[in-house]
Amino acid sequence: MGAINRRQAFLLGGGFVALTVLPMAANAEPSNDAAELIKKFTGGKEAAKGKITLDLPEIAENGNTVPLALTVESPMTAENYVKEVLFVADGNPNAGVATLMFTPMSGKAEASIRIRLAQTQNVIAVAKMSDGSLFTERKTVKVTIGGCGG
Amino acid sequence: MADKPRIKLPKEAKKGEIIQIKTLVSHLMESGQRKDAQGKPIPRKIINKFACEFNGKPVFSCTLEPAISANPYIQFDARIDEEGTFKFAWTDDDGSVVTAEEKIALKA
Repeated sequence: MGAINRRQAFLLGGGFVALTVLPMAANAEPSNDAAELIKKFTGGKEAAKGKITLDLPEIAENGNTVPLALTVESPMTAENYVKEVLFVADGNPNAGVATLMFTPMSGKAEASIRIRLAQTQNVIAVAKMSDGSLFTERKTVKVTIGGCGG
Repeated sequence: MADKPRIKLPKEAKKGEIIQIKTLVSHLMESGQRKDAQGKPIPRKIINKFACEFNGKPVFSCTLEPAISANPYIQFDARIDEEGTFKFAWTDDDGSVVTAEEKIALKA
């Protein structure tokens, strides 16, 4: 075999792309203060999975405004209600997104906001109930255009 | 932040009904991450707090970080047990507060 034919050239090109994309995916590891914020919120206690439903797009074309809807299962009575929900984004320059505070007068532990995401990352919610129990949920959002514009 | 906030909620509700409230306020929500044409960082200026109360009792509130989109939209629910007035307040980084009020009546 002499010179590289077209098919081989194509394969080589494909391999190159795979090599350059992989390290970028690795960069999406949490690098900000997300873990510290969660620890501060929970007081170091472990949060259980469940009760929380996060509605976020799988792919956000515009990271400047990503719709985020939250539902937490709770009767929302004076004895048993969702007190606070912390949102953090583990790939933004600052992890903090928002903290929502509910009361029994909220009727439902539901809320919607719009957030900025700088890159593909996880959005993590931690809910604190009136009895002190903690629940958490996370969702990965792929971001096409980052939203913390530089 | 000169524009009047936009608030959407029903005019009346049945006793015990849970209603949805949508709010939108015009604000740039400058994150503090951006740089101007000279490369100098633009200082952060956002709405850092929102609160809603009904007849003087807290219903819902939140603290906001720079990761909230411009013109922050906040949607939440409230249970109506009596007629009364909702008070909304948005607090800016510079200390200014924009407030709004909406009344709700009980359906017969």
